[in-house]
Amino acid sequence: MSQPDWPLWEVFLRSKGGLSHRHVGSVHAPDGELAVRHARDVYTRRMEGVSLWVVRSADIVASDPDQAGPMFAPAEDKVYRHPTFYQIPDGVKHI
Amino acid sequence: MPSLPTIQPQDEARADRASHAGTFDAPVADDHRDAHFDYLLRLGDDALILGQRLSEWCGHAPALEVDLSLANIGLDLIGQATLFLDHAASVEGAGRDADALAFRRDVLQFRNCVMVEQPNGDFARTMARQFLFSTAHVLLLDALTASADPQIAAIAAKGVKEVRYHADLSADWVIRLGDGTDESRARMIDGFDWHWRFVDELFAMDAIEERMVAAGIAADRAALRPAFDARLQAVLDEATIPVPELPRAVVGGRKGHHSEHLGHLLAVMQHLPRSYPDATW
Repeated sequence: MSQPDWPLWEVFLRSKGGLSHRHVGSVHAPDGELAVRHARDVYTRRMEGVSLWVVRSADIVASDPDQAGPMFAPAEDKVYRHPTFYQIPDGVKHI
Repeated sequence: MPSLPTIQPQDEARADRASHAGTFDAPVADDHRDAHFDYLLRLGDDALILGQRLSEWCGHAPALEVDLSLANIGLDLIGQATLFLDHAASVEGAGRDADALAFRRDVLQFRNCVMVEQPNGDFARTMARQFLFSTAHVLLLDALTASADPQIAAIAAKGVKEVRYHADLSADWVIRLGDGTDESRARMIDGFDWHWRFVDELFAMDAIEERMVAAGIAADRAALRPAFDARLQAVLDEATIPVPELPRAVVGGRKGHHSEHLGHLLAVMQHLPRSYPDATW
């Protein structure tokens, strides 16, 4: 069924004991409240102690894959960006 | 396919020694264990039959996500039914188990309320049924967490979390459809109109339940009514649907007097175990 009034939502889940929300997939829903319900049914099996975020897919701005080269080919060849030229005083621990 | 005899010898024995012997109605339980068993059948059968109805939606829901919601609710209910019926079988002490109770009883031995055996109809009618049943169900299980029967208390404690979700989800859909388009509102009203006559049975008490309440095992259904009515009014107000004067109640499920729908449901549900009674699966 094509769903003009059931847009796509991206689902982010923080599992019990998890530190951050991870993208786990997407659902179709007419609004955020129902998107959370559906996400709970589809991605959590209603385990207790989880946190869900849903975001309308249209609201997500993504980087352009075509631009991945210039955007991410990082500072591999720019050694001056690598923090390897510092003298660490002996007294400093845990770096 | 061979059918089961509808009246079993043990039914006749109970009927003969029942206080109402000779009257039309089904046998009346006349000892504590019979009442306890009967009460557990009511709890288990409600969940079993509604779970079976919900399974019929599988693959037919308005959207994939709704399909999942309905299947989820159905699975929760079948899980509760299994626990209640297994416990019923152990109380009965006749060597039966949940499968024997689910698949080897006929219409007259089922103790579910008439509402849960109603055909699904359209999505609105299914949601009306779910909302009415789950709203009462959550109150009942909540009260049963204090049951003197530790097994009932444990099953209720597990089930009440599931049913709270069922009640929320169905209330949400009642509001969406009622306060949606003209057509969805008309269908929601029709869906409720189908089910109003079955509401009173959810709160009906009889001698068996009174006895179980006195023993601390059951919850007084009648006492749950005000909370149900308040929730019903709140949700239907938000859905812009009027709550009518309820029509004359249809009851009888607790005695095995069912609508014509249950026999067909059982024919589908029990077909394989009846055809191959000795099979293990």
